[in-house]
Amino acid sequence: MSKKVFDASGGSGQGIQRAISLPWGKSVEISFRSLRVRLFRSMITVSSLVLAVSFLSFVLVNLDVAAGILKAGGKAAGKILLAAGYDVDLETGRVAMSAKERWIVILSLLVCTVGIVNAQLMSVTERFSEIGVMKCLGALDSMVLRLFLLEAAMQGLLGAGGGAALGCIFSLLAGLIRFGGKAFNALPWLDALGSVGLATLAGLTLSLLGVLYPAILAMRMRPINALRAEH
Amino acid sequence: MNDERHTIVRVINVKKDFPLGRQTVRVLKGVDLEIMAGEYISIMGPSGSGKSTLFNMIGGLDKPTDGKVFIDEVDISQLDAYELAWLRNRKIGYIFQTFNLIPVMTALENVTLPMTFAGMHGDDAQDKGIELLKLVGLGERFQHKPLELSGGQQQRVAIARSLANDPAIILADEPTGNLDLSTGAEIIELLKMLSAERGVTVISATHDYKMLNVSDRVVWIRDGMIDRIENRDELDISVGGITEVEGAPA
Ligand SMILES: Nc1ncnc2c1ncn2[C@@H]1O[C@H](COP(=O)(O)OP(=O)(O)OP(=O)(O)O)[C@@H](O)[C@H]1O
Ligand SMILES: [Mg+2]
Repeated sequence: MSKKVFDASGGSGQGIQRAISLPWGKSVEISFRSLRVRLFRSMITVSSLVLAVSFLSFVLVNLDVAAGILKAGGKAAGKILLAAGYDVDLETGRVAMSAKERWIVILSLLVCTVGIVNAQLMSVTERFSEIGVMKCLGALDSMVLRLFLLEAAMQGLLGAGGGAALGCIFSLLAGLIRFGGKAFNALPWLDALGSVGLATLAGLTLSLLGVLYPAILAMRMRPINALRAEH
Repeated sequence: MNDERHTIVRVINVKKDFPLGRQTVRVLKGVDLEIMAGEYISIMGPSGSGKSTLFNMIGGLDKPTDGKVFIDEVDISQLDAYELAWLRNRKIGYIFQTFNLIPVMTALENVTLPMTFAGMHGDDAQDKGIELLKLVGLGERFQHKPLELSGGQQQRVAIARSLANDPAIILADEPTGNLDLSTGAEIIELLKMLSAERGVTVISATHDYKMLNVSDRVVWIRDGMIDRIENRDELDISVGGITEVEGAPA
């Protein structure tokens, strides 16, 4: 009862393309598991994201708070805001980030991205042989890529979401302390929510950008090199 | 067992060079080999003779510098990425010296992973995985992670995994290399049983002389070339000699 290697049915390229698969549910499960097992590493990757995104969210919601106060209080409020160090355009009634703030935000996001790339590179190196085994078992390059992207997406959502919420809370607290109840009463909640969403999205994007190069390395790696790497 | 025996692996004049600094070293110097379906083949030879290199060529893990490898008369250098993945997934089971289980998954999950890739339904895969783990003698331990298992047990899981999609060929690179004598003997026994009962072609690279007793043929490699190929019947004599030289096995 020896078996034929290539059956008539399975020989063509198209048949094979359909034949090798990894359902999304299963992909998510595997990625989630990998993250949970390396919780400490994941936390470090995520924490840099939390910090950077919470800062972004803090700054953005601050602007919303200021804009609300400006709208409610008119010129007088503008003076107060200017005195508090906000970059207020009294004519149009808009509040903008100061150049310094903008730079710090950009820098913190950059540093965070570099940190993510670094952590993900380590994570890929650590899993060389695991990736090689997966490929020996029939995993396609695209599956390996997908697993890493999913991991990054989960980390990104968690870290960026948490960071954005944190930043928002701090910003509201700061507003409360500086301007009292006004900060809350005049706050355009929808804008604030938009700011939190924007910060989350930015964090998620950075997380995915950061994993791209390491994941492509993992994807391109030939199983033979991956298996040898261990010795 | 099988009425029509066909060639399942055909290696034709395979050469392999590796770059070494500015030079290249020729590790395989023209290997010809024909393996019939259902055979139990051992590739023997000293360290560095090119066993693993040949093994990787046959398994489609590496490409020859020159020459061709046919699996069931299909030239595997002609396969695209999907077809190679399919070949690895369905037709070849790999077993390694270092077991190479995925550490974050349980024994059962390790065994069912190739089935998942093959598109098998979750429950069916579970059932088959448990059945395979029972077959290799690990019936109760399927929820354990690899690091909670002994070397011999890990290798059993790896064997169960290699059988996941009922492959035609099992490629084992020093499957007993990291095991003690008696555990190694058990693993060899298991491989022999699988080859006999399931008709799987077993090809193993090894320097474990215990393998000789169960092999249908032994391919001796020396310095990147086939030194000689011995059949089972010719072997019995030399095995006696070797066991004496090696000392009594456990
Ligand atoms: N990727 C590589 N790059 C450079 N040289 C290599 C590579 N792979 C193998 N070699 C060389 O090829 C030779 C044969 O290696 P191979 O691993 O096939 O030996 P082996 O017979 O399996 O030995 P062992 O019994 O120790 O496992 C060795 O000299 C090794 O250094
Ligand atoms: Mg070797």
